[in-house]
Amino acid sequence: MSETHLDQLSKSPGSDQHDGHDGHHTGIPHGTFKGYMTGFLLSVILTAIPFYLVMEMPIPDAQLVGFTVVAFAVVQILVHMVFFLHLDPRAEGGWIILALVFTIILVVIAIAGTMWVMYHLNANMMPVHDMPGS
Amino acid sequence: MMDRAVFPEDVEFHPAEEPHHPEGSSTMLGFWIYLMSDCLIFAVLFAVHAVFGASYAAGPAPKDIFELELVAINTAVLLLSSITFGFAMLRMHMGDKKGTLIWLGITGVFGVIFLAVEIYEFTHLISIGATPQRSAFLSSFFTLVGTHGLHVTFGTIWLVTMMVQVWKFGLIEANQRRLSCLSMFWHFLDVIWIGVFTFVYLLGVLQ
Amino acid sequence: MAAAPLPEVISPIFGRLTFAALPLNEEIVVVTFIVVAILGASVLGAITYFRLWGYLWREWFTTVDHKRIGIMYMVLGLVMFLRGFADAIMMRIQQVWAFNGSEGYLNAHHYDQIFSAHGVIMIFFAAMPFITGLMNYIIPLQIGARDVAFPFLNNLSFWMTTAGAIVIMASLFVGEFAQTGWLAIPPLSGLDGSPGVGVDYYIWSLQVAGVGTTLSGINLVVTILKLRAPGMTLMKMPIFTWTGLCSNILIVATFPVLAAVLALLGLDRYLGTAFFSAEFGGNPMVYVNLIWIWGHPEVYILILPLFGAYSEITSTFCGKRLFGYSSMVYATVVITILSYIVWLHHFFTMGSGASVNSFFGITTMIISIPTGAKIFNWLFTMYRGRIRFELPMMWTVAFILTFVVGGMTGVLLAVPPADFVLHNSLFLVAHFHNVIIGGVVFGVFAAINFWWPKAFGFKMNQFWGHVSFWFWVVGYWVAFTPLYILGLMGVTRRTRVFDDPSLQIWFIIAAAGAALIAVGILALLIQVVASIVQRKSLADETGDLWDGRTLEWATSSPPPIYNFAFTPLVHDIDAWTDMKERGYKRPLDGFGPIHLPSNTGTGVIIAGLSTVLALAMVWYIWWLAALSFVAIVAVAIHHTFNYDREFDVSEAQVRETENARTLRLGQAIPGSNAGQTVPAE
Repeated sequence: MSETHLDQLSKSPGSDQHDGHDGHHTGIPHGTFKGYMTGFLLSVILTAIPFYLVMEMPIPDAQLVGFTVVAFAVVQILVHMVFFLHLDPRAEGGWIILALVFTIILVVIAIAGTMWVMYHLNANMMPVHDMPGS
Repeated sequence: MMDRAVFPEDVEFHPAEEPHHPEGSSTMLGFWIYLMSDCLIFAVLFAVHAVFGASYAAGPAPKDIFELELVAINTAVLLLSSITFGFAMLRMHMGDKKGTLIWLGITGVFGVIFLAVEIYEFTHLISIGATPQRSAFLSSFFTLVGTHGLHVTFGTIWLVTMMVQVWKFGLIEANQRRLSCLSMFWHFLDVIWIGVFTFVYLLGVLQ
Repeated sequence: MAAAPLPEVISPIFGRLTFAALPLNEEIVVVTFIVVAILGASVLGAITYFRLWGYLWREWFTTVDHKRIGIMYMVLGLVMFLRGFADAIMMRIQQVWAFNGSEGYLNAHHYDQIFSAHGVIMIFFAAMPFITGLMNYIIPLQIGARDVAFPFLNNLSFWMTTAGAIVIMASLFVGEFAQTGWLAIPPLSGLDGSPGVGVDYYIWSLQVAGVGTTLSGINLVVTILKLRAPGMTLMKMPIFTWTGLCSNILIVATFPVLAAVLALLGLDRYLGTAFFSAEFGGNPMVYVNLIWIWGHPEVYILILPLFGAYSEITSTFCGKRLFGYSSMVYATVVITILSYIVWLHHFFTMGSGASVNSFFGITTMIISIPTGAKIFNWLFTMYRGRIRFELPMMWTVAFILTFVVGGMTGVLLAVPPADFVLHNSLFLVAHFHNVIIGGVVFGVFAAINFWWPKAFGFKMNQFWGHVSFWFWVVGYWVAFTPLYILGLMGVTRRTRVFDDPSLQIWFIIAAAGAALIAVGILALLIQVVASIVQRKSLADETGDLWDGRTLEWATSSPPPIYNFAFTPLVHDIDAWTDMKERGYKRPLDGFGPIHLPSNTGTGVIIAGLSTVLALAMVWYIWWLAALSFVAIVAVAIHHTFNYDREFDVSEAQVRETENARTLRLGQAIPGSNAGQTVPAE
């Protein structure tokens, strides 16, 4: 099944790449001036809008603003990854991106799991007089 | 063992050329994996903040104490430091030692400004009684933001060290590699800051 | 008898450290101290007398050779294992004694420290060094590499682990250790519940050692990803390397969680923050939740590498390729991921309710499936194999029989309603000892017997090995079966004194089992000594004593500092078997110089300063803490100014080493091409 993919990932280091010989190829792709500026401008926009939305509250619905702000954060994180961290799916044989995906999964599990567990605990451990029917 | 003639072709047991792993060829991946583990420290702190974000214990709430103007300034400073570090890296790839040092210096100044604003914010909060001991909300706020600040502090110390090393030894390969690591570290901190200003400050004030 | 009193006023120079901190009122501790002091002094004296300090410093303490670091990890693990076992014996004796109105011989303050220290030491300072040591030694050899990816970091990791061990050992003689159980759960571990230094010792020893563990995890992950021999794709990696990879990924993914949660506990204790105390909106259950996010993957961190070792041993001693290699790999990967979503089964009783409990109960039951698949893989490997019952294979069979029972009681505990009855009972204690002793400890012994000849060039003594094996296996069952029974009767763990006299017989049986285990441990120590004494007659010159299947057996025993004169080219999962079957002949000429990393003392210095930092923080000696912290940063920065970290093993040295091996091989295997050295021109 995914064996071919795994094998792709695992192209053993010595055999099929001439690694590190072409000078300052230290594993991370170079950025360009244009790339940095694009990332910067996008980040400015993606930061300014959420601050504006919260500080001035042009939309009075706090929940809607909340979701929008989080959406902007997610997009901005992606912008940083692409334009500042230069994440390249092929860098280091794909391990960089795989490590990132794995980490994101674990971060989501840890945060969402903790919130879920603690929310249920708090809901179940309410003082008895707060519970309906008692 | 010789009578196993089932293998048609002769195979090589050693590569024609010894595989060469120059010192530092694994550093980038190693440092990235370190960053991923650091990410999980922040994940725990964010999780704690998610649980305690509204545990004010009858103390101040985000609305009462957060000054979003200050946060906006700090966000801008950190973002600017990201782009100046980017310029330093571009100079480095051109082999321009002086340009690299100048842009690194500017980045360092931004780092110090960020820390100064954060220290001001913390001391101000403590002076008005919003101390880390006051409520679980404030405990997790100070810990999460403080841990980020601590990272920026170490990043700045590292940056100064790198400036000395580049100045003394030039843009040799080892220094280029180290600068690339520091650049990842610096941009990583900016990514974490996106989470901080969104989830701690903006969503906090919205509550 | 309570804890030693802490001073009212904290001295600016000595913090809260006074002479009252020495537990002179605890006779057992005083006697222990005298014994340890005499032993320590004689060891240090012997080293000085034989003028070994320079040798140890140059060749061992400052080494960056993964093989020597691996051996040092094993020594550390063994020493701490003995300490942890001493704690176990003391608990067993106390629980036999404390019946019919007797309080036993341990007061509550002492007893509580013992069960806490036993757990902490066995997990962090015995089991972890054992598995890290094994992985350190074997993985670079198995993948045909010359060292790990970051050799200096490897040395630092080892010394940080040792520093943590030193801090925890210091708590035995200066002050006290935590009386909270091995996870130091608040509010008991908060400042109100534990005002003494015990929990601070706990926090700092784990933080210091945790740095080492995390760094070594990163190091080994990168080593496996980057330094494999040409041709060794992921699906041709030896299974021990695979399990090691997954174990180290879990280390990197979970030890930061432990570091963060212990830091939060530390903040509560040092700065008075409100995380885990209920008064100011905090919640101790957050601690429980977070520490188990680390804690559950931790048990897989421990067991996975040994699953790998059992796999290597099974296929070697059955003379067959491992049955279901790819299913083994996928099972390992699945366990790695699933281990991250089962943590709540450690606190079903917390009160998260039916939906949460069912989710985690079901994931827990699911994780037993890949583990079960592994058991079948081992059995099918043995099926119709020509099994050689050497010691490693015997340990493997004992593991399968023991571990299966532990696994099944684990599935019982995974059912939330059953867990409500069995939670915190001796049934649980029996269960996790069943999997940890039956899985991890047996695995470590299997691995030691298996790879010892590789590391030292001679086989282990068989007689004492058999004595150790039988006493351990029988002792295990005699010691822990009674705990299952007691647990089902409702006896809780960590209990010091008992009222019901009918329980005593079970504790007597358990203590007898512990005595059998003690004989097993003694036999193991004798086995080590006897092996060294008889090293001439037990010698193995071939480097491939067991007819091994993976690359570590392709080089000499012990391997030269550079591991392989020529990097192998891999065509098959069992690379060395493949080479042997194709009539591989060792090249006798064409050597070149080999780059290797240079030794450095920086790791020892940083770890030493970290020990000082930890002890200063425990005792509130703020100036010393600040000073040692600044010193750590300064030493680390200073280290980065050294750019020249490699040296060359010259071609002549390589040739000399390889020729010597050729001669030895010639004596061992007459008629091979070995023995015909090619002189340097």
